[in-house]
Formats: sequence, structure tokens, C-alpha cells
Amino acid sequence: MGKGAMIARRAFLMGSVTVAGGFAVGWYSLNQPYAFPLADELPRGITPLTAYVLIDAGGVTLITPRAEMGQGATSIQAALLAEELDVPWDEIRTDPGPPAPAYFNATIIGEGMPFAATDTRWRAEAMRGLGATMGKLMGFQITGGSSTVPDAYDRLRLAGAAARQMLVSAAAARLGLPEDQLTTREGAVIAPDGTALPYTTLAPHARRVPRPRKVTPKDPADWRLLGKPMQRLDIAAKSTGTARFGIDETAPGMVHATVRTNPRRGGGVNGFDAGAAEAMRGVLKIVPVPGGAGVIADNTWRAMQAAAAIRFDWAPSPYPATTDGLFDSIAAAFVHDARDSRLRDDGEVDKTLERGADVSAEYRVPFLAHAPLEPMTALAWLTSRGLEIRAATQIPRFAVKTAARLTGLPEDRIVLRALPMGGSFGRRLEDDYIAQAVELARAMPGRPVKLTWTREEDMTHDFPRPAAIARGRGRVEDGRVTALDLSISSPSVSASQLGRLGLNPMGADTSIVNGAWDQPLAIPHYRVTGYRAPETVPVSSWRSVGASGNAFFHECLLDELIYAAGADPLEERLRLCTHAPSRAVLEAVGEMSNWGRPLPSGAGRGLAFCLSFGVPCAEVVEVSQTPRGLRIDRAFAAADVGRVLDPVNIENQMQGGVIWGLGHAMRAELTYADGRPEQENFDTYPAMRITECPEIKVRALETGDTVRGIGEPTVPPAAPALANAIFAATGQRVREMPLTREVTFA
Amino acid sequence: MKLTVNGTEHEIDVEPEMPLLWVLRDVLGLTGTKYGCGIAQCGACTVHVDGVAVQSCQVAVGDVAGAVTTIEGLGTPQAPHPVQAAWIEHQVAQCGYCQSGQIMTAAALLAETPTPDDRQIDDAFWGNLCRCGTYPRIRAAVSAAARKLQEG
Repeated sequence: MGKGAMIARRAFLMGSVTVAGGFAVGWYSLNQPYAFPLADELPRGITPLTAYVLIDAGGVTLITPRAEMGQGATSIQAALLAEELDVPWDEIRTDPGPPAPAYFNATIIGEGMPFAATDTRWRAEAMRGLGATMGKLMGFQITGGSSTVPDAYDRLRLAGAAARQMLVSAAAARLGLPEDQLTTREGAVIAPDGTALPYTTLAPHARRVPRPRKVTPKDPADWRLLGKPMQRLDIAAKSTGTARFGIDETAPGMVHATVRTNPRRGGGVNGFDAGAAEAMRGVLKIVPVPGGAGVIADNTWRAMQAAAAIRFDWAPSPYPATTDGLFDSIAAAFVHDARDSRLRDDGEVDKTLERGADVSAEYRVPFLAHAPLEPMTALAWLTSRGLEIRAATQIPRFAVKTAARLTGLPEDRIVLRALPMGGSFGRRLEDDYIAQAVELARAMPGRPVKLTWTREEDMTHDFPRPAAIARGRGRVEDGRVTALDLSISSPSVSASQLGRLGLNPMGADTSIVNGAWDQPLAIPHYRVTGYRAPETVPVSSWRSVGASGNAFFHECLLDELIYAAGADPLEERLRLCTHAPSRAVLEAVGEMSNWGRPLPSGAGRGLAFCLSFGVPCAEVVEVSQTPRGLRIDRAFAAADVGRVLDPVNIENQMQGGVIWGLGHAMRAELTYADGRPEQENFDTYPAMRITECPEIKVRALETGDTVRGIGEPTVPPAAPALANAIFAATGQRVREMPLTREVTFA
Repeated sequence: MKLTVNGTEHEIDVEPEMPLLWVLRDVLGLTGTKYGCGIAQCGACTVHVDGVAVQSCQVAVGDVAGAVTTIEGLGTPQAPHPVQAAWIEHQVAQCGYCQSGQIMTAAALLAETPTPDDRQIDDAFWGNLCRCGTYPRIRAAVSAAARKLQEG
């Protein structure tokens, strides 16, 4: 059996889903198999033209099922639809729509497969198609993996074009004119004599038009919206305090709640004494929940005060209780039996390194919390019909399934309304807080109960980015890097996270090695091996997932080798790079940062590159030594997204990703004692503040041939670029994050 | 007790030690002011008391003597305050959760220091965390708002 077939069999059978059928992915096959989720439930007067376009007398509503987490998902989904539909940007209304299998993600499963993004051979493409089919069969509605734009790019443009086509057909029938004499503009079909038939009046007729099987989207040269700076649809609300996040949701008769559960995740509770809490003002009910208790009260503060007054007898953690113990279990997994993948194995690594390694080093990255600024919240209540949930979530259909399991209600009697998030960074790929809100709602039937976590609950009950250890060796010859051997041990995010979703991923977990094995470099002897450490602390996807730590390992090791070779970090990377768009971002960041131009004494410049989520990204960081410590002066990032759909949002996302990467690299870690995280709030889990924020210049390139998402790819290179800059400035190699373990920042 | 918020006097019946933040959000329904940390580390709850920026999670409502202004009292989508207009123009927000606090900090800064330099801007915003990383745009929007306010 060939290697590819083995990988295919091991890696792609998720859960009990049987995959059958072809790989064709187009408008019709992507959208047709599922009924319009809105078709039967809409009030009279609202016409659904596709699963994404509703029209009533008041105007057009675009359905934007991917969750708004701050990354601009709502606006870009609306823009893809509006571009084709020809509706005015400032009149658009959006709605996330109901959780529905029709809104499955066709891209994200394929991205988790063991094929490098640069691999376009037939097997890789076929398997990505298989991933799309699986996403469809599973109705896998999920926001994440920088997949919103690549998943939506064709699909929403085609959905918008199909709706437009139906409106044109309806207008042609009414006017008795051939369709090709009609155009569309600003929410109306325009007749040759200039008569404008508004979509709002055409919609009821268009509904009876058969949906077209084939539509052609516009030539990008004709775009009015896409590719140009556009004002985010939520920008005025977010600038005036009128945006309503999950935490702001209300319902008539609503009561407020908070929970406290064992911060030793999975440890459980032996018992608790709520006597004092029950007597406190405003407390309505104390409700046991798995691992602890919830307090329902007449306002959030009283609930939090009462929860703090409950005395808990919590069980010990089911995993090693200290940071050292947790790292020991990761270190112990560098053994043959724990080997999870060797997706890169070029040349003769062992034989080459037998002649001597020029660099041999161990690197570590810590557990990290997502800590979005809005803590976990959810509102839920039992109604006469079933259950109503309003919550911010990246996995609405899984949340509905969870609620169905908890209440015994059929899924079709559970209504979930997805709300905008005050950040997520992967945290709301879990539905633990929604499950708790449902438990609390069951304790007070008919009363809407809004659960709000304290920051302390949020930080100690995250599913963190796993810690990881990497061991690297390499060899240089004649001024060149000739061997790089990287072994990475980490608990498996996919086993932990998908396990909680009731899925059983089989085969290798590519996230243990992503951002390292899949880099477009032609190092003659080049190997990346993943080792799966046991699950201890339950872990999950954190902005850029495996690449967040693996780029630090790979790019710091490569930098050490390049220095050992006496080569220039940029020139040597360009020499090794085999992928034209990746070379282009390296060249761009070199030009932007004036690479090679001397810096003042005590300053240094570091370079790192990572191709993640299909996006090659290169970054340069400049640091200088000040009497108070190191200061990050400037950062430069160049990334290739294939096509820039919104230059303002891309700049914002790229800068934000750099800040995210640098800020956590500097100071952030979750450490464990007595089985629980020692950090509870932003005083001990410091994020980057404005005073530390360097000047950041970014550039988005369009060399690649696939449209990509940019929410995550600028994160991975930031930390290694900073560590490499520290070496350039000080001569000190810092091989462990957070970097403050070894250096001081001003 | 009486509490004046955005020009309206309210009679409220709560414990005097209840933080102003939660009175605004849960008692008065002014949810533009956000809870982020509860310990004066994030600034999402920033409001003005007599024009001075304070972190409302740290202010017991019984200690509030002056008039409170929240983000809702600063301006509206139809009639934004110049700082809000600059925030819209520069498209500062990503998730937007911290931005009410950022904007209240900016408005207080510019009322006190009409032409802040870069250092003064950074120092004023030290207490306002943004997890999305909008700091470069915050700096640009504050400078733009300062120019706008100077021009009148």
C-alpha cells in the first residue's frame, strides 16, 4: 500500500461518518442538498431567494452564518453577497441566520489534513474535496481556522449571483423583455428605458422562478465593493456603545447568574456549602452544575458576590498538579510508541547528523489562555415550545446538540440565536458555558437566565493552547544549512477538542507539527516528527493553533543554524525557499524593513517566516536595549492572501495578529499549582498594552492563486522574529516562552 | 440613592458598595459600558465622573458624587462625538468590546490635553487593554480627533 493511501485511511475517517459520492464542489452541490433553513419559518412578506438572501418590503437581509468575533466575518460575507446581488452597501441588513446544516464549512476539514498548503497534486486536492464533502454530510457549521473567506469566496458570490439571476428572471417575465436586456443596480433591476424595478417588489415573483443551476459571478475587474476599502457594517455601533454582544443580551423577566466550578478541569466537586450565599440579597437560587454550582440572582454583581461566598470541597485534578509535572509528561512522550507523525522526512537526516550536529537545542512554549475581553456568557430559557438560547458561539449546531442532550428536547425545538463576540481567538469553539446556561435555565423554567462568568472563572476554565517541547538539531556545511531535524511533543488539540464535540479523530494530529513540517524549504536533510503527549489539561485551538508554537521552534532553530553557517537570515531563507509566493513575502519584508541596513549599537533585527492556513507570512522585528530593558521598536509583516478583498480589514487583522503573537511571547503563560492555573486575571496574565506596542507596517500580497483568510497567519512568525531579534541585539538565545523568563522588557 | 447618568437623575435602591459598572449595566440597562476584569486591569468599564475617566468596576456607587457620563451619553450613531467619529473614520474596532472604554479614555484625555504627543497618548491608554490589537489605529484616531477638535 502506498504511503498516501495509508495516510488517507488513517487520517480522514472522522467519527462514524461514511464518506461517499463525488468531489464536485460548486454552487449547486454546495447549496442544494439541504433545504433552505429559513424557508418554512419566515413570517409572511419575507422572501428567501437562496439560503443567504431574504427580501421583504423594507429591503434586503443577507444571512452571514460565520460568527463575528471581531475578524470582520459579517462584513466580508455580506460584501461577497452584495457584490453579486448589486445592493447598496449602506442599506444592507445582516442576520447570522439559524444554526443549519446548509451553512456547513466546506474548507476547514480539508485544512486539517496532512497535505501542505503548497501541495496541489491530485491526491491533496482530492482529499480537500473529500473534506468538503464530509463537511457537507456532517452539516459542520463552524467558524475558525481562518476558513471564512476561503470557504465563502466562491460560495457566497455564487449565492448572491443566483439570487440576482432570479430577480432578473422575474423582472423579465413582468416586463416581457429578454433577460439579457436587463441590468441590476443599487437594489433594482433596470430596464433598457431606465425603469427601475426594486428588488423589494420583485422578490415575491422571483421566489417562484426556478433557482438557476448555473450562474457566473462577476469578473473581479467589475467589482464595486470587493478589493476596495469598505466600512465595516458594525463600525458605528462598535464606536458608540450600541453594539450588543452576548453579555448585553436581555429578555423580558430575565435574571442573572454566574457559576463557580472546580478550576481543576474535570476534577469534580465533592460538595459545597451555600448557606451564606443563599441568605445574600438578591439571590434567587443556588443550582448545582457539573463541577460546582451556579447562583441565580437579580443582578450580575449579586450573583458574583454570592458565588464567591460558597465554600466548595473540590476534588483534585485528574492530571499532574504542577507545571513541572505537566511538562514532564510532555518530555516523556519523545519515545517511539508516542510517535504521531513524520510528515516531513527528506534526505538522510540520521546519516548526516552522525557526522556532527552544529546546533542542538531544546525549546518550550507554555499553556496559554484565550482570554477574550468579553468573558463567557449565554442566555437561555425554557419556553412552552422548547428552549431558547442566545449566545456567542463558533459552533452553533454543536451547541444545539449539547442543549438537546441536556434537556431531552428534540433539536428542532431548540432555537439558538448567535450573537457577536467580544473576541474569541478560538475560545468559543467550546460550548461549556452554553451547557451551563441551559442547566441554570432548567432550574427556573420560563425565566430567561443570563450566565456571565467572572474573569477569574474565565481564565481558570479555559481550554488552553497546549504547552509543547521541541528538540532540534541541525548541521551546516560550506555556509549553508544542510540538515534540520525537529521533534515536537505536545498533547493533541484535535483529540481533546473534537472528543468534546463527540467526534473521534483518527490518525495523526497535524496540529502537533503544523507550521513546521509543511514549510516550503528545500533543506537537503530535513525531518519533522510529531509526538503525542497524553492529554492532561483539556486543550483547544488558540489563534493559529499548532503553528503558534511550532513556528517558534522551527524558525528559532533555523535562525540558529543560519548564524552557525555564517549566512544571512534573509538570504539563506530565500535560497532555501521553493515556493514563489513565499519568496515574495520574504523579499517584501526585507524591503519594508531595510534588511541589511545597520542598526544602532544595542539594537537587533530578527526574521521569521511561517506558512500557515495556506498563507505565507514573513515578519521582521527590531528591538533595542534600553536602561529599563528590551524594547520592541518596529515590526514588519508581509503575507500573501491570494486576493485582497478588504484592504482595511486585512491591515487591521495583520497588525492585530502581530500584536497577539508578540504580546503573548513576551509575558503570557498559564502555570499550574495544586492542579489549577495560577493566573486568574490580566494582572498576572499580561497582554500587550499600548505602551509596548511597536510601530507595525504590514503588506498584503496577491501572488498566490487561492483566496485565503488572514485572521491567524500573522501570529506564528511574530514570536520567533522577536526571539531572533533579541539574539541579534544581545547575543542571547531565548529558547523558552514567555521570553520574560530570561530577558526583561522595558 | 440618587445617581445622575448622561444628564438623567435616577433613584436607585442598591447596596452602596455595588460597583458603578453593574449599576449602569444591570440596573439602568446601559450596556455600552463593559465588564472585562473587575480589578481595574482592562479599562473596558471606563466612564466619566464629572469629566474624569474612571474605571467603573472600582467605583462603589455610594461614592459617586458627580455626574456620570457613559459611552451612550457621549454621542450616538446619528450624532457621534468627534472622538467617536474619528473611531468610525479610522475603523478602529475589531471585536469592539474594549472600544467603549478606549473612547471614553480618549475623550477625557483630549478634554484635558487637547494636543497630546505620542507619549501622552500611550500613557493615557496604558490601562485600556485591547486583545484584538487595535493600538496602532487607536493612536491614529486619537491624533485625528485632536486635530478635528482643534479645528472646531
